[in-house]
Amino acid sequence: MTIANRRWSIPFLVWIAIGTIIPLLSIVYYGLTSRTGGLTFQNITAILEHDNLQALGLSLGLSVLSTLICLIIAFPMAMILANSKYGKQGFLIFVFILPMWMNFLLRTMAWQVLLERNGVINALLTTFGLPRQELMNTPGAVVLGMVYDFLPFMILPIYNAVVKIDKHLVEAARDLGAGKLKVYTKVVLPLTVPGIVSGITMVFIPALTTFAISNMLGGGKINLIGNIIEQEFTVNTNWYLGSGMSLVMMVFIIASMLLLNKFDKTGGASLL
Amino acid sequence: MKKTISYIYVGLVMLFLYLPIFALIVLSFNEAKSMSVWTGFSLQWYQELFHNRLLMSAVGNTFSIAILASLIATIIGTTAVIGLSAMRPKSQNVVLGFNNIPMLNADIVTGISLMLFFLLLHIPQGYGTILFAHVTFSIPYVVLSVRPRMNRKTDRLYEAAMDLGASKRYAFRKIVIPELMPGILSGFLLSFTMSVDDFIITYFTRGAGINTISTIIYSQVKVGIRPSLFALSTLIFVIAFVALLVVNFKSNKEEEVA
Amino acid sequence: MRRRLISLVLVGALMLTVAFTFTSCGGGSNGELNLICYGDYYDPEIVAEFEAETGISVVQDTYDTAEELYTMLANGAVSYDVICTSDYMIEKMISEDLLAEINYDNVPEIVNIDDLYMEKSAIFDPGNKYSVPYQVGYAGLAYNKKMVGDTVIDSWDDLWDPQFKENIVMPNSVRDAFMIALLRRGYDMNTTNEAEIAEASKDLIAQKPLVYKYANDDARELLADGSAAIGVVWNGEYSYITDLNEDVDVIIPKEGTEFFIDSWAIPASAENKDNAEAWINFLCKKEVAATNFDYLYYTTPNKACLSLIDQDALNNPAIFPSQDALRKCHSLKSMSTDVMELYSNYWKKVKAN
Repeated sequence: MTIANRRWSIPFLVWIAIGTIIPLLSIVYYGLTSRTGGLTFQNITAILEHDNLQALGLSLGLSVLSTLICLIIAFPMAMILANSKYGKQGFLIFVFILPMWMNFLLRTMAWQVLLERNGVINALLTTFGLPRQELMNTPGAVVLGMVYDFLPFMILPIYNAVVKIDKHLVEAARDLGAGKLKVYTKVVLPLTVPGIVSGITMVFIPALTTFAISNMLGGGKINLIGNIIEQEFTVNTNWYLGSGMSLVMMVFIIASMLLLNKFDKTGGASLL
Repeated sequence: MKKTISYIYVGLVMLFLYLPIFALIVLSFNEAKSMSVWTGFSLQWYQELFHNRLLMSAVGNTFSIAILASLIATIIGTTAVIGLSAMRPKSQNVVLGFNNIPMLNADIVTGISLMLFFLLLHIPQGYGTILFAHVTFSIPYVVLSVRPRMNRKTDRLYEAAMDLGASKRYAFRKIVIPELMPGILSGFLLSFTMSVDDFIITYFTRGAGINTISTIIYSQVKVGIRPSLFALSTLIFVIAFVALLVVNFKSNKEEEVA
Repeated sequence: MRRRLISLVLVGALMLTVAFTFTSCGGGSNGELNLICYGDYYDPEIVAEFEAETGISVVQDTYDTAEELYTMLANGAVSYDVICTSDYMIEKMISEDLLAEINYDNVPEIVNIDDLYMEKSAIFDPGNKYSVPYQVGYAGLAYNKKMVGDTVIDSWDDLWDPQFKENIVMPNSVRDAFMIALLRRGYDMNTTNEAEIAEASKDLIAQKPLVYKYANDDARELLADGSAAIGVVWNGEYSYITDLNEDVDVIIPKEGTEFFIDSWAIPASAENKDNAEAWINFLCKKEVAATNFDYLYYTTPNKACLSLIDQDALNNPAIFPSQDALRKCHSLKSMSTDVMELYSNYWKKVKAN
């Protein structure tokens, strides 16, 4: 006996088809069409050109780095939150939801105020007699922006995974004589893996494809693959090439979906 | 000792998350138009804010799109979860795989794909296309929030109600909906927040003559942001902060009593 | 609990929406005016003034680049009654029959516009049939007198001076960056010669290690707070910067520079042409032009409003350059798709290296 009929999901299926599948096919269509019309693979093989390859390499490097940093910061945070009485709904809202009410672009730009040559951080350094640092317009500033913007998307899935761990399992392991370290490495860590994998995909993909963060914190000197795609659409108006590059991005997105599928058997429940 | 360290750690992470927000709030009271030079305290940007009609209509668009998109997404997402429960597990997994696409997909790819889609069909871009795009990326959040509530317990309660003579409709309204409610509400809140905060997808699906707060900010990143935008964001932030605080405080109290 | 949270959020958001929708509908009895302009390019207060005076309700929109506006108008997807855009784009739109002739009977205040600028404007709009000059300006070389020390700053070449390493701000747009590199080599800034463009791109690549930031309007911030020693700004930024930092000066380099006239025009597809002319007429009034001058600080082509503005600004060569200086300035011209692609590709190389 089930509550409802399968038909209830029809509006959803229709929406997914029109809102997701067909639009993705239009990218494929544009990506495989040349500017003059006709089938071509040039828009895709253009990724192998020196400039584009370099941008892709830099994007991969920076996004892997910021994903790692997010993971290192988020894991202890999720653990602490899950094990304290403040780790309930309320606190999570302050970590995850509230910052989003300050617009994304403004939040990112605010780092400019903090990191500039004559910004807040350097003002603090000089009051303490320390030398000024060149923080802005560097790859480091872009990584910082990525970590800042996407950190909550790493904390939340890991937190949810930790909360779901059955306390009895931990106790059982202790009773069986496992030390603290062993409990962590053999029981807790494996059980949080789906959360970690979800967090990684939720941070890595947006970091890999961002253009706004590198625009605002990179001083126009950090050219990421997202910047190249955005430029093709807004400045160069070569939508075919832009679509081709987006298709290349799809490879990374599909790869991460497969990875997620391998670790998360719940159909994506670990993403939230 | 261990507790102190963890408090310090949480404190540092919160500082990291809120430091830029604090900086913006301070700047919204700066007399100068500058982002780097403080010349004195002033409320002039708050005044200017309410006189800038372009900005005001962007605020209207942002919030009306957010409300409509999250309402539509909540309805579609919730019915989807109910319908899914009647499917075989294998088909469920396939459908959920598709559901995850907008979540995992890069915003820039989602935005561009929708833009090209509207273009191919000659649909003029404007309010409607932004709304459509926002519903599309909001649905997965609702589905993922509601689905965990649609479990065996819900099923059993429903059956029990039917055994006790409730009509299908009555049981659905009195049992299923209340059981799903927490998931529905958090799905709604998430969609709403994501919609308000979105920039990239709106940027590609908007047409001429329509702006949201995000697109106005981005167009000013190039010409220099007027502090009235800091003032606007500060106001929205403070309203959200107070609302969340009040509700949280109340619910904590209620929990203690219970 | 969460039900209450949601209802709170909902009610709050609804109230905001309703409040803002009401404030944004001025309501007018004499029909509508759909205008589009670069972002933040007039004092927002004047819109309410215009509505009160004429009973026309204004719907405002903004855009970022002239190319973006062109795409919108050429596709015909939307209809604007009045647009503000740059010289070369007006030229392109005239050639493609996208603009309507202005009926000057409805624009009596046109007499306030300086003949000098009407003539300059006639270069891209012969006979001034389609457009009325609104703001004028040039790209200037800004530098911090204290930071450059004894070095005399008078040339674009100073942006390649290694002693200013990491203290240089360059524009972050193709045409503006190439304009500088081309003029420095003594080439035409509107060149279509690939060899010259390639050479300029090599220079830009060589300059890259010296550059602190590729910025557009935040260049003024970096100069104002003393983060950068030398950079490129529009002359409208002059007052903004010097109000915050007296050590900064803005000059026209000896090689000349890019000069622009932004004008108002009426698209051929306009539905409320009379209202558009009323708007253009309104902007030509000396009080309105003075209000806008105080807001923007660009050179105003409106000679009647000069008596209303601050005399210090009037005597400042950075804001109102001399005739001699203006002679060295030229406008960017609109490029064909092929040539534009050439520029884009070389700019991409600059950015990637």
